[in-house]
Amino acid sequence: MIRSKKSSSNGLKRSTLAIAAAVALSGCAGSNPKDPLEGFNRAVFSFNEGLDKVAIKPAAQAYEAAVPLPGRTGIANFFGNIGDLWIGVNNLLQGKPVEAAGDLGRVLINSTVGIAGLFDVATEMGLEKHEEDFGQTLGRWGVGGGPYFVWPIIGPRTARDSLGFGVDAVADPVGYLGNVPARNSLYGTRLVDTRASLLPAEKAINEASLDKYAYIRDAYLQRRRSLIYDGNAPRLDDDAALDGGLPTVVQMNPVAAVSQLVLTRVNQAPVREASDR
Amino acid sequence: MNALFSKCMAVLALAVIPAFAAADDSTPDALVKTVTNDVLQIVRTDKDIQSGSTKRAIELIEQKVLPHFNFMRMTQLAVGRDWCGATPDQQKALAAEFRTLLVRTYSNALTSYKDQSVDFKPLKMQSSDTDVLVRSEIKQPGGKPVQLDYNLARLEGAKPCASAGGAVPAANAAPVAGWKVYDVIVAGVSLVTNYREQFSQEVRAGGIDGLIKSLQKRNAELAAGKPAAK
Repeated sequence: MIRSKKSSSNGLKRSTLAIAAAVALSGCAGSNPKDPLEGFNRAVFSFNEGLDKVAIKPAAQAYEAAVPLPGRTGIANFFGNIGDLWIGVNNLLQGKPVEAAGDLGRVLINSTVGIAGLFDVATEMGLEKHEEDFGQTLGRWGVGGGPYFVWPIIGPRTARDSLGFGVDAVADPVGYLGNVPARNSLYGTRLVDTRASLLPAEKAINEASLDKYAYIRDAYLQRRRSLIYDGNAPRLDDDAALDGGLPTVVQMNPVAAVSQLVLTRVNQAPVREASDR
Repeated sequence: MNALFSKCMAVLALAVIPAFAAADDSTPDALVKTVTNDVLQIVRTDKDIQSGSTKRAIELIEQKVLPHFNFMRMTQLAVGRDWCGATPDQQKALAAEFRTLLVRTYSNALTSYKDQSVDFKPLKMQSSDTDVLVRSEIKQPGGKPVQLDYNLARLEGAKPCASAGGAVPAANAAPVAGWKVYDVIVAGVSLVTNYREQFSQEVRAGGIDGLIKSLQKRNAELAAGKPAAK
C-alpha cells in the first residue's frame, strides 16, 4: 500500500489509462451490487498482481532476508508511531475521547522513552494500539461504503474509503517532509514493510480461494465492517443475508458523535453500546 | 496491495487449531479453550509439525479439531441460498469437498506456527443460550494481536430446507447437547461466509455440480502439491 501523494510515475499513469481503455472497450457490467465496476476492478487487480510479482514482492522478500526481525519490528513501530496521532484524531471524531487520549499517550511515550518510536513501550505499559482511519470515521457517521474499487498500487477501497484515504494522505506527516529523497525513501520503506508483513498470509489465500479476486474483495469488505465496529460487529443475519444484501453500516451521525463526545465520561462501555446500534 | 487484508489470513492456521477430542465441553468457551490448549501443546512439541509436515498437521486437525465442527452447517452458510436447491447427495459432496479444502489449506498454516499465544476473553452467556460467540486474541511477538472469534451453536447438521420455496425455517432440526463450531472469524473476516460470493459465482456458471467439480479440482491440485492457481 503506497501512500504517495505526488510520486505517481508517467509509466504508471499510462498503464492505468491502458487498462481503463481496455475495460471500456470490453464492457464491464458487474452483476454484484457491491461491485458494479467488477470488470474494471478485475483488470486493475491483475495489473497489481503483475506489479507485485515483478517488483514489490521481491523487494519485500529481499527486505525480510536482509533485515533481522528486531530491526523490522523497530521499523514497523516507527511507522506505527507516526500514525498514532492521526488515529487519535479519528477516535476523537468518532466520539471516543478515552481511546483518543490513549493514542496521544502512546505518541508521547513512544516518541521519547521509545526512542523516536522504534520501540513500542506504550503497548507494554498497557496502552493498546488502535486501528483507525478517516474512512472508518465516515462509516461511524453513517456514510455507506458505496461501490468497491481496486486502485492501481493502492489496492481495494470502497468509494467511502477512497475518500477517507485521500484525507489520511493529507494528514500523513511523511508527506510534509521537505527533503524529497528522504520523503520518498520513507514512502518506499513503508510500502515494503507493509508488503513483508503480508508474506506469510499469501500462501493461505492462494490455496483457500477459488477466485482470488472475489476472496480478497469480500474479505476486505468484511474487515472494514469489523473495523468500523471496533471488532464488535454483530453477526449478519445468516438466513436473511442469503439474498446477498449489502453489509449494514453503523449508524451514527456527526451530531450524535459530538454529543456523545460531550456526554461521555471516562467510562468507555456506553460508547460501544450506543454505536453498535 | 490486493493482499491488504491477507494478514488476517496468516492466522487462519490457528483458526483451525481449536481441536479437542475428549474436551471439557460443558460450556462453549471451556470447549474452545481446552481444545486450543491441547493442540498448541502438541504443535509445540511435535517435531514433524515443527519441521513442516502438512500430513501430520492434517492428522492432528482431523483427530482433535474436526469432531467439534459442524461442517454441514458451515457448508450451508458458505453456499447460501443455492443450498436448498441441491439434492441431499450434492449437499454431502459439497460438505466433504469444502471440509477437505479448509483442512488442507489451514494445516499448511499450522506447520508455520511459531511463538503465538492465545488469550481468551470472558464469555457472557445465559444458560438458555443456544448460539454464542467465543472470543480470543492471538498474540505474536513483534506483531499486532489478531482477533479470533468462534461461533458455536447447539446444532448438529444443516438447518432444514422448507419443502417449497427454499426458505429456511427458524427452528433447528437437530439440536444437540454439545456445542459445535459453525464459523471462525479472523480479524473480522468470516472464513465461512467469505466463500458465499465465490460459490454462487460457480453455481451460476455451472450449477451445483459445477461448484462440486471446482472444489474437487482445487483439492486435487493441492493434494498433488501444485502451486495454487491464481
